[in-house]
Amino acid sequence: MKHPLLERKKVMAKNTNSWFREKILLGKSNRDYIISSATPGNFIAGLIIVYGVIVMVYRLFFGLGPSTNLSDNYPWGFWIGFDILIGIALAAPGLTLGTAVHLFGMKKYHHFVRPAILSSLLGYIFAVFALLFDLGRYYRIPYLLGWSWGFSSVLFLIGWHFFLYINICLIEWSPALFEWLNLKKLREFFQRAAIWATIFGVIIAGGHQSALGGLYLIAPAKLHPLWYSMFLPVFFLLSAIFVGIAMVIVESTITHKVFKHQLKDFNQAEFDKRTMGLGTAAAAGLFIYFILKIFDLAHSDNWAYLNTFYGYWYLLEVLGFVLLPAMLFASGVRNGNARLIRLTAVLTVAGVILNRLNVSIFAYNWQFPASMKYYPKWMEISLSFGVVAMLIVAYRFIANRMAIMYDHPDYGSGH
Amino acid sequence: MSIDRRKFLKHSLTMAGATLLSGGSIAHALDKRDPSILSTGNTANARNWKLWVEKSESLTPEKYGVLVDTTVCIGCRRCEWACNEWNKNPNRPIKEFEASVSQQKSVFDTVRRMHAGNFTVVNRFISSKDGKPIYVKRQCMHCDDPGCLSSCFVDAYRKAKNGPVVHNASVCIGCRYCMVACPFDVPAYEYYAPLNPQITKCTFCFDRISQGGVPACVEICPAGVLTYGKRSDLMKLAREKIGNNPDKYIDHVYGEYEVGGTSWLYLSSVPFHEIGLRTDVGTTPTPKLTKGFLIGVKMFEIVAAWPLVFGAYYTISKAREKTRAGHEASAAGKEEGHGEKH
Repeated sequence: MKHPLLERKKVMAKNTNSWFREKILLGKSNRDYIISSATPGNFIAGLIIVYGVIVMVYRLFFGLGPSTNLSDNYPWGFWIGFDILIGIALAAPGLTLGTAVHLFGMKKYHHFVRPAILSSLLGYIFAVFALLFDLGRYYRIPYLLGWSWGFSSVLFLIGWHFFLYINICLIEWSPALFEWLNLKKLREFFQRAAIWATIFGVIIAGGHQSALGGLYLIAPAKLHPLWYSMFLPVFFLLSAIFVGIAMVIVESTITHKVFKHQLKDFNQAEFDKRTMGLGTAAAAGLFIYFILKIFDLAHSDNWAYLNTFYGYWYLLEVLGFVLLPAMLFASGVRNGNARLIRLTAVLTVAGVILNRLNVSIFAYNWQFPASMKYYPKWMEISLSFGVVAMLIVAYRFIANRMAIMYDHPDYGSGH
Repeated sequence: MSIDRRKFLKHSLTMAGATLLSGGSIAHALDKRDPSILSTGNTANARNWKLWVEKSESLTPEKYGVLVDTTVCIGCRRCEWACNEWNKNPNRPIKEFEASVSQQKSVFDTVRRMHAGNFTVVNRFISSKDGKPIYVKRQCMHCDDPGCLSSCFVDAYRKAKNGPVVHNASVCIGCRYCMVACPFDVPAYEYYAPLNPQITKCTFCFDRISQGGVPACVEICPAGVLTYGKRSDLMKLAREKIGNNPDKYIDHVYGEYEVGGTSWLYLSSVPFHEIGLRTDVGTTPTPKLTKGFLIGVKMFEIVAAWPLVFGAYYTISKAREKTRAGHEASAAGKEEGHGEKH
C-alpha cells in the first residue's frame, strides 16, 4: 500500500508544475514557450532593454556626470522631462476612465477601464523606477516617506502622491490579479475596495498631475514667459486629462489589434462608437485648454514674445498640437470618422510630449545661448527607452495572462 | 615649471569655456578637467550642518551679512583661494589665482559659476560707463526666505538665526530641485560621485562666524571689497556710500529687496544686470511662488474630497438599486448592458 502522504506529494508536485505551466507559460512547455517567444518584436524589445540596462549599470557605477549631459545649470534633463513629466501625463488613462466609469457611471466604457488602469499602474511604477537613476542617492527614497518631511515643497507632495497613487492603482488592478489566481474572496473584497480607491485616486491624481506643473512655479526667471504661468498647474492637470483620454484611444487601438484573439464577441461598430465618445471628450478638453492658453497669453501680455524664435515654437505647440487636434477631433466626431479620431489621438499625445519637453528643457534657461543649452546624451535616451520597452513587455505579459481585455468567464463584469 | 604653468593655464582656459558649454559633447569632454566640477566628497557642508545642530539655539538672533562693493574689487581672486583652502576644496597655489588679472587670456574670459568644488567665483565685466573692468564675486546670497529651503522635499536646509543658509547632506536624496529653485543658481552638485553625491554651496563660513570669526573670503580680501557685519549696519553703510558718492554708485543695493532680501548685499557703478546679477528675480520671496498652489491643492483635496465621496456613494447605491430592480423585472427581459453577465 502506498503512503497517502506520498501520493499527495506527487499530486502537489504535479499541480505546482501545471500551475506554473498554466499560469506563466500559457499552457506551453518550457521549450515551446521559449520558441513561441522568439519573435522579431520581442527581439527588438530585448535589444532596447539590454541597452537600457547597460546604461543603468554604467550610471550606478560612474554617476550622473559621465552618463548624462546634466550640469549645474541644467540639474533636470531628459529623465525628469521624459520619464516623469511625460510618463506620468501619459499614465493618466486610469484617472480619466476610472472616474468616468466608476464615478460617473458611464458603464458603456467599462471595457476600457482595466486596460487603462493597468497602463496607469505600470506607467507609475516604471516612471518611479526610472526616476531612481536620476536621484543621486536613490537608496534614501524611504527618507521621504518616513524620516524627513519637507512640507513646503511641491516635490514632497508629488513624492507622497506617487506613492499613494501606485497603491491606489494596485487596489484597482488587484481584482484582475485575484481572478487570475482564483482567489474569489480576495477578488470580491478588492472589487468593492476598488470603487473607493477610484474616488481617492481622483483626488490624488488631480493633486499630483497639477503639482508637476506646480514644480516650475518656483523658477519664474528661468522659464520662458510664454511657458511660465501662474496657471501652470491648471495647464498640466487639464492636459493630463485630455491626453489621458487620447491615450485610451491610442492604447485601445493597439491592444485591440494585438489581443484580438482574446476578444471573442468584439464588435467593431460598437468599438468605433466608443472611440467617438472618447474623441468628443478629448475635443472638449483641448478646446478648454486652448482658450485658457490664449487667456493666459493675453493676461500676461506676452504678445511681444510671439514674434521671436521661442514665440514661433510656442505657436507651433499651441496651434499645431492643441487647436488642430481639437478641430480634427470635432470633425471626426461630426463625420463619424473613427480613423481620423485615432490619428488625432496620436497627434494629441505628441502635443503633450512636446509641451512637457518644452517646459522642462527647451524653455528652461531660455536666456542661454544655443551653445550652452542642454540636450540629452544618448545614454539618457537609451535608459528611458529601455524603461518604456520594459513597460510594454510587462503590459503584454500581464494582458496575456489576466482578464484585462475581457471579462473573466467566472466572474462577469462586476459592474 | 613654466611649461607646467602654461599647460595649467591652457587647461583652465578650456575648462572655463567648457564650464559654460557643459551642454555640448566636446565641452563635456573638456570640463572633465575642471577640478571644481569633478570634485567629490565635500565635507564643508556636512561639518557646518553638525555645528548648526549644536549651536542653533544659542545663536544671536541678529542677522549678519556681507556688503560687496564691486567698485573697488581688483580681481585678485584671493577670496576664491581662501574659500577653497578653508572648505578643503580642490585648490592651486595662490599665485596662480592672483595672476589671472594680468594675463592676456585668463579665466576671466568667460563668466563662470559655482560648482561642486568651488563655493565662490570672481567674474569680470566691462563697465558700460568707462570701459574699465569690473570684478564681481559670486557666492550664495543667503536669502532671508530661501527658495532652496522651501523646495527641498526632505527638509534639508535651514536658515540660521545669524544669517547663513546651511544644508544637511545626511538626509539629501539628490533630487536637485533646490538647484532649479535657486534664483541665483547657487547650489552645485557632485555629478562625478556615483554613490554618495552631495549638494554643495557656500556656507557663509558658519563655522567661523558663529565662533566669533569672519568668513574666510572677507578675511583675506586686500582691497576692502567685503564688509562683514550686522545686516542693518551694512544697509546703513551702503546708503551712506551711495549718498556720499552719487556719481560713483547707482542708487540701488542689490539684495535689499531681491527675492525678499538677502544676507549678502552688492553695490555697483553700473546697472546690476550688466555685472551678471539677475535683475529679473523680483522681490517676492521664492517660497511664496509655490505657497498659494500648495494651499490650493490641500484645500482641493480636503474640500473636494467630500462631494466626490458622497457623489460616488450615491452613484453606487443607485446602481445597486437599479440592478436589484433589474433582477426582479428581468425574468423575461434582456439586459442591454455591454457584457453584463447578471
